[in-house]
Amino acid sequence: MMSENRLRRTMLYVPGNNAGMIRDAAIYQSDSIMFDLEDSVSYREKDAARLLVYYSLRTLDFEGIETVVRINGLDTPYGREDIKAMVKARPFAIRLPKTETAQDVLDVETLIAAEEQKNGIPIGTTRMMAAIESPLGVLNAYAIATSSKRLIGIAIGAEDYVTSMKTSRSPDGVELMFARGMLVTAARAAGIGAFDTVYSDLNNEEGLRKEVELIKQLGFDGKSIISPRQIAIVHDVFNPTPKQIANAKMVLQAIEEAKAKGSGVIALNGKMIDKPIVDRAMHTLDLAIASGLIEDARTAMEVSNAR
Amino acid sequence: MEGMKILDTGIAGTLESSDVMITIKKHSGVEIELNSIVEKQFGRQIREVVRQVLEQLGVKDALVVVQDKGALECVLRARLITAVYRSAGLAEVQWEVFA
Repeated sequence: MMSENRLRRTMLYVPGNNAGMIRDAAIYQSDSIMFDLEDSVSYREKDAARLLVYYSLRTLDFEGIETVVRINGLDTPYGREDIKAMVKARPFAIRLPKTETAQDVLDVETLIAAEEQKNGIPIGTTRMMAAIESPLGVLNAYAIATSSKRLIGIAIGAEDYVTSMKTSRSPDGVELMFARGMLVTAARAAGIGAFDTVYSDLNNEEGLRKEVELIKQLGFDGKSIISPRQIAIVHDVFNPTPKQIANAKMVLQAIEEAKAKGSGVIALNGKMIDKPIVDRAMHTLDLAIASGLIEDARTAMEVSNAR
Repeated sequence: MEGMKILDTGIAGTLESSDVMITIKKHSGVEIELNSIVEKQFGRQIREVVRQVLEQLGVKDALVVVQDKGALECVLRARLITAVYRSAGLAEVQWEVFA
């Protein structure tokens, strides 16, 4: 279940000290769950949240949903304890907040590796994500994205970033255009995932939809979400349309036909199909299968065969 | 590990649904006061987990007040350990002790 290329359209924030929300986190079927030890936990409760998330990860069944823990930074008194506990708790990935340089990632990686070794966990098991939340982090995005083989993706955290930029968030997100473009380009150049920031206005579903359409068009893989209510809208925007699915299936069929004929050149409706088209078709079908739009096991098989 | 000593009253958890609030006080011997919405069904099991965790931490003297709002066992363990560490005045958890 936990693979490099699985879908990560929605990463649901769960405050690390909230027992009820942790218990229910798997019910809503987001693609990932992110237990937060950082901003949603007050200083007085850092110890409690760390133990609660630790025992929850050790004990509960999250039904194959990918688990991520956002730890506190190493510039706080909590970061090192978080790493000790979480490497042992074995989430799929540890997410660093406020990453500004490649060294920030490497510093955490060193501590993770030491804990893995101490606990007899194969080195490299714990994957990482880095959240970029400052102008310096944005400018260093590619260096951050390529700093560690453990990284599955980088994410933008907008609130701190826009404050540092002396601006604020607006409905069309013009203030984030550069940061989002930089981040997604860095992620793609590094071959890892790109994840967008939260949309905080829970009651504005239209606003959320517009923002998801924008980040999908920019090339992002998904978005952090603050409530289960946001899952359906994000998944809906990322779902391929019936026309896109039909077209992707035709591309696959053309590949099969070309293979059968022993022909190196693949054509569909008189147009040559090159690698980017094939890749897009595969991605469309991956999305369709993941979102249950294609139930046909045969198609899933064809997708894996055509790779 | 060496036994942990309860030095001060320690509190952890909340009274929210699915959580449990643990209060630990200085005491002679171990005593557990349980107040749970599921006492009839799970009272014995809750006491058992509390005793087990105290033993694991080497706590020999404590009054443990458990106000349970339907917490899962993992929540009970986490809250109890937090309360013990707080009452013992220790900040760093010995993670190697816990399974």
